[in-house]
Order: sequence, then C-alpha cells, then structure tokens
Amino acid sequence: MRAFLAALARFISGASVRWIDCQPDTCQRVYFANHTSHLDVLVLWASLPSNVRNLTRPVAAKDYWEKGWVRRYLAMQVFDALLIDRKEIKVHQSPVDLMLKAIGDTQSLIVFPEGHRNTNPEMDEFKSGLYYLAKKRPDLELVPVHIDNVNRVLPRGEFLPVPLLSCITFGPPIWLEMKEPKVEFLRRAREAVRRLKDL
Amino acid sequence: MNNLINVNPPITLLLISSVVVLLGMATAVGQLLKRQADSRFNPAVIDQFNLRVRAWWLMCSVLAVAFMLGQNATVFLFGCLSFWALREFITLTPTRLADHRPLAWVFLFTPIQYVLVGMAKYELYSIAIPVYAFLFIPILMAIAGDYKRYLERCAKIQTGLMICVYCLSYAPALLTLQVKAPAEPASLLLFFILVVTVGDALHYAAEQFVGRHIIAPAISANRTWEGFLISTGCATMFGAALWWATPFEVWQAAGMSFVISTMGFFGGLTMSAIKRDRGVQDYGTLVTGHGGVLDRIDSICFAAPVFFHLTRAMLE
Repeated sequence: MRAFLAALARFISGASVRWIDCQPDTCQRVYFANHTSHLDVLVLWASLPSNVRNLTRPVAAKDYWEKGWVRRYLAMQVFDALLIDRKEIKVHQSPVDLMLKAIGDTQSLIVFPEGHRNTNPEMDEFKSGLYYLAKKRPDLELVPVHIDNVNRVLPRGEFLPVPLLSCITFGPPIWLEMKEPKVEFLRRAREAVRRLKDL
Repeated sequence: MNNLINVNPPITLLLISSVVVLLGMATAVGQLLKRQADSRFNPAVIDQFNLRVRAWWLMCSVLAVAFMLGQNATVFLFGCLSFWALREFITLTPTRLADHRPLAWVFLFTPIQYVLVGMAKYELYSIAIPVYAFLFIPILMAIAGDYKRYLERCAKIQTGLMICVYCLSYAPALLTLQVKAPAEPASLLLFFILVVTVGDALHYAAEQFVGRHIIAPAISANRTWEGFLISTGCATMFGAALWWATPFEVWQAAGMSFVISTMGFFGGLTMSAIKRDRGVQDYGTLVTGHGGVLDRIDSICFAAPVFFHLTRAMLE
C-alpha cells in the first residue's frame, strides 16, 4: 500500500527528483521544505527511495490530519506521521521534545518550518522549531528541500489534482554553527531552500 | 472493437525490417565516428547523433510492439504521449489559481478524444476539441470568475489542447482509414512517422552544414531557407521511395512526403517560437534537463492532421 501510494503520488505530481550535493542516505536527517500544498507531504515522502522513506516520518498538524478517516488512515498507517497539536502547546512537552523522543536514534523527519501552507510566491519566515531541533540534536543533518509547482497540482482549497509536472530538489545539508544566533540561523536555512529553486 | 492489425501480410513487416536495417546502419556509422579520434566532426554533434539513434531504436521498438498488440494499443500509446505532452505544455504555461478547475477538465478531454478516435467516429473526434472544448473551457473559466488576462489564458490553454491532443490524435486516426489491398493502415501510419522522423533528422543535419538565409533569427538561429529546401527535397525522395507501403502512386507519395516534411519543419519552428516566449530551451527542462516529449513530437503534431485529411480525400 505504501509503495503503491508513493508510485501514485509520483505519477500525479510528475515529480522529477534532483539531489544536488547530497545523496539519499538512511542516516538521521531533518528534511525541511517550503510548504504550498497538501500534496507536499505526500510528494516529498514519495520522492525518497523506499529504504529511506521507511525511516522518515513527516511532522504534520493534528487538527488537519485527524479529520475524517481517509486523512487519519494516511497519517497513521501510511506516513506514520507525527501529529503536532498547533493549538495546545504544553510547556513541559514542547513539539520539539516530542519529535526528538519519537525519532529515537534511527528515524528522520520531514518538517515544514513555515508552519502553514503559503500562497505567496515568496516563502514566509521560518518558525523557530528547526533551530531548537538543531540545538538539541546537533548531530542531525538538516537537508533543505525545495518543492516546485506542487501548488499548481493541488492549490489550497481545491480537492481535485491536475496532473502537471513538478520538481523536488534536495540540497546540501546544513548544521547549526557554534554560537549562531537563532534569527541568523533561520535566515540561512530559509535561504538554503530558496536558492535550490534556481539551481 | 478489438480488431487486431494483421502484421502477417508482408508490407508492414517489410517496412519495419527496412527501418531496423536503416537504424542498424545509423548505429554503425555513429559508433564508427565515435571511435575515430581525429575525425572532422565536432564530438558533441556525434554524441548527440548517437543519442538520437538510441531514441529512434526505442521509438521503433515501442511502435512495433503497439502494432503487434493491435489498433487499440496504438491509439492508447498515442493517448499517453498526448497526456504527457499536454502536461509539459500546461506546466510551462503560466496559469492563475482560478484556472485550476478548468484545467482538470482540459485533461479530461484527452481520454475523450482518444476513445472517439479508437471508435473511428470521425464526425465526433474532428470537432470535439475545436468546437466543444473551445466553447466549454471559456465558460468554465468565466464561472471561475477571474477576468485578469482572460483571453490570453483561454488562448494558451486551448492552443495546448489543440496541438498536444487534437493534432496528435490524427496520427493514430490513420489506422481507421480504409486503404486498398497491398497497403495496410499500419503501414500508412508507419510511412507517416518515418517521413516525419527522417525529415526531422535531415533538417537537423542540414542545419549543421548549409544555409545562409535564416528564416527567423529571433526564434531559431539555425533554421535556414537553404536547409529547409535541401532537407525537404531529400525527405520527399525518401518518401517517394517508400511508395510501395502506401495506397499512393509514386508521385502521390512524393507529394505527400513533401507536405509532411514541410509541415514538420514549420511545426518545429512554431514550437520554438512558443519556447522562446516562455524563455526555455526545451519543454523537458523542468523534467530532467534533456528534451521533453513535446520536443520529440512537435513535427508529428503539425503534420498529422494535414496528412490525414489529404489521404482521406484521396481515398474517397
């Protein structure tokens, strides 16, 4: 089922996958990408090779993915997603702690640091979660991913995908530098995703 | 509906075997040129030639298999090509958010058109897109309610549908024509594709060697009138030499080949104009970097309807 869904997603999105200065690997990583469509999760997840895909869990919003049995089935059975409650964030169990606990020392994550689907051509500022992930687990490779054209395949508020062609680009990993300030790091991460568009 | 094309009578088989022999020769020449270290040719050109030969082998084997599986398989194959070409075309066409639902319908016209072609309903498939899609899609776009550059967006979507789906569907439609005994529908389609492909190759070769009067410098720097005349002349002779596989006389086959290769040449030029407008080198740029499906089939798209109608008129 997982393999079938991945193939279907690759067909509908016509995704061509590029790895630039980066290779698919089963080491622990955080893939962070721009977010424009509900298909983003599916397409990015599907574009990973199957052995990597089985170790990679998307982080997604609980309020969206727990609605209806299709979404719940997809999130739970297919993606094995980590659902984060956007409305109730507890002080002692921050989303970052939950994520790190869940992945242990084998799994990887897919995150969308913009925090919501963006309809503008330019990316929004990144939320700080990525910074805290990097700070608490400096050994994780942070891989920037640019998702191009998927917002035209399935724009916000539509339910019928149009089978256009899209492009997923994986870039060279980045790490948090020593004593790098939060704002500076998030700006650098955002730039790492943005520059992949033009490569 | 499952009327298999009979490959056993020798004409189509003979044609396929001559193609295999031709391709074998092309492969040999390509490999020979590659081995010679100090040849007069540019190595990049030779590599490109070898790549093209490989693409032709692939095309030839896919077509041969489709022919063996029958008419429906061939129609289906062209339907898939149309679908992919349309994808490439629309992907490179800027659309607005409001076009999303009309676009879903645009893609639906591809199976409709090919089912009609497969059923040989000429009076339906010849108007489905130019009349009904032409009326239906602007209505949907008006309902979507975005008037910004409305006419331009309509025109772009409809051009894509016409070129990638409607025009291309006339190639498999050749299979539904009633041809006289020695020739077969499959051999007619194969003749058409051969003349287009050889025409393409000759245009490409002529671009490398001859020509001074460039047709449209801003669109394509290497398409010249001299190249056009020489390559179209050669393609005409090539087509005439294949008259035995067609329902035509020698001079008719020559005339048809002239029309096919002329349309193919200017089809390529027209698609270059669209590409320049979009600022891309190839339609496949977004896909992997080498040419896309639409780059390979542009001449077929432009030549197919004209060849179909001429043949149909002549057979009646």
